[in-house]
Amino acid sequence: MKKLMKGNEALAAAAIHAGVKCFFGYPITPQTEVAAYMAKHLPEHDGVFLQAESEISAINMVYGAAGAGFRAMTSSSSPGISLKQEGISYIAGSDLPCVIVNVMRAGPGLGGIQASQSDYFQAVKGGGHGDYRLIVLAPSSVQEMAEMTVTAFNYADKWRMPVMILADGMVGQMMEPVDMELLPEVEHYDKPWAACGKGKREEHNIINSLYLTPQELEDMNEKRWLKYEQISKELPDWEEYMTDDADIIVTAYGIAARIAKAAVKKAREEGIKAGLIRPKTLWPFPSAAFERDIKKVLCVELSRGQMVEDVRLALNGRAEVEFYGRCGGMCVDEEEILENLRRLAG
Amino acid sequence: MSTYTKPKSILDKPFHYCPGCGHGIVHRIIGEVMDELDIENKTVAVVPVGCAVMAYDYFACDCIEAAHGRAPAVATGVKRCMPDKVVFSYQGDGDLAAIGTAETIHAAARGEAITVIFINNTIYGMTGGQMAPTTLPGQVTQTTPFGRDPYTQGFPLKMCEIMNQLDGPAYIERCAVDTPADIRTTKRAIKKAFEYQIDQGSYSFIEILSACPTNWRMSPADAVARVGSEMKEYFPTGVFRDSLQGVK
Repeated sequence: MKKLMKGNEALAAAAIHAGVKCFFGYPITPQTEVAAYMAKHLPEHDGVFLQAESEISAINMVYGAAGAGFRAMTSSSSPGISLKQEGISYIAGSDLPCVIVNVMRAGPGLGGIQASQSDYFQAVKGGGHGDYRLIVLAPSSVQEMAEMTVTAFNYADKWRMPVMILADGMVGQMMEPVDMELLPEVEHYDKPWAACGKGKREEHNIINSLYLTPQELEDMNEKRWLKYEQISKELPDWEEYMTDDADIIVTAYGIAARIAKAAVKKAREEGIKAGLIRPKTLWPFPSAAFERDIKKVLCVELSRGQMVEDVRLALNGRAEVEFYGRCGGMCVDEEEILENLRRLAG
Repeated sequence: MSTYTKPKSILDKPFHYCPGCGHGIVHRIIGEVMDELDIENKTVAVVPVGCAVMAYDYFACDCIEAAHGRAPAVATGVKRCMPDKVVFSYQGDGDLAAIGTAETIHAAARGEAITVIFINNTIYGMTGGQMAPTTLPGQVTQTTPFGRDPYTQGFPLKMCEIMNQLDGPAYIERCAVDTPADIRTTKRAIKKAFEYQIDQGSYSFIEILSACPTNWRMSPADAVARVGSEMKEYFPTGVFRDSLQGVK
């Protein structure tokens, strides 16, 4: 049955459905509904909601809970996600599963509170120190906010690594019908590595990212990198719209893809053969989606151009790539994308 | 005649600590307390960044290595998920009273059911002897080469006194490990703190004055003597709060 929900609330409800044990957060616009929903509903499911004294503490509480073997999450918006980067690096370096939500707002600095996609580099290229990756999922509807949250917990536990949901202020704040019966199946994984008290175990478990011997640390990083290579083969996911005969491919993720899709539809009405590729996983980036005969690509983002770099890497010079974006909380509109498509078609 | 043996809650691995350092003594005390309370199998230790960074190699219980200053937040995450387990953090002065002050204060304000063991040796040991938040006025360190001048470099933080302003903690005591009597007092304090956590679900804060001969540039004997003189003068030992005994 469909229910009208805000993106942030649908995400929180799906996290509870996925069996999240604890949520640690700190207020920041435009993600605060996630914390508010958790505060109200998580205790009904024997879960722990705790408002931390800072984003730094919140992510370290997640580290502790995840280290003890529990499904843990935190959510924030851009400036708060910057504060969490230290903890995210430790979580990645300790091979712990958790879910981190970034409902992006415009930056840099305090920036603004309107929707933006300017944290792509931070999420996808590694915002904290060291060689590590996050699995990054990009929802473009309220339904996907819910579905990707369940997927995020499944991936986190399966691959033993942090997963980020890279949403934006618009997807977080808007209301759409959600069907919770369509959520992916919740998967469960054993966690024999957890530091939860030895019990009957012989050896103690240690959650740690410190390796003072360089060879040992290199070996750990190499091992992690092999895992990342496997993930890069298995996980890339994207949506296509009218790409079969397209001369011009528009590519966009999240809310920008919704607007781009409408522009592609209008372009088709004008006889312009446009199509859309919407990456649903940002890391691993769905490079395979661009392995086709493409002449022209228009990358649309609510930023000054970040994902466009991965699009260019995927195409490796095989097609002309143009960028169109608005930033600072300004939003692209259909007509602006359409003008670019007319120009590229002309 | 009783035989003095290694606690089973301490692993059979040589400590990396310098001669005269207090960490080994406090590790042993914690091991003895875990043995006596029979809690090694249900305890999670959250260890710091600093000289005790590798304490996870010594404690036989499960261990989590926290980022610098974040141990009370990590311990909060563990304990909130497993209220029936025993969780303690082990932290030095830079970790607890500088970079982690917010985590320290707020975990205490929430009265988290954890035990915080705080080693105060007035210096950053692991990085080679820089000014700590507890470095005494006039004390020479790498970053206070002319002695700490409180008017430009601030005054030392008296953590027990600060923590005693909060309503959350059940038990706050400052101890030392410079004399056998003080070591026995420290053990009583640590044991009581663990018991308060187990029996009452209470937060305790145990500060332990400790020597750092290497970075104080002193012989172990002189360094231990300094704990008993200069340090105790500035940081008086004693019980600041013991809710169950009516000390407040």
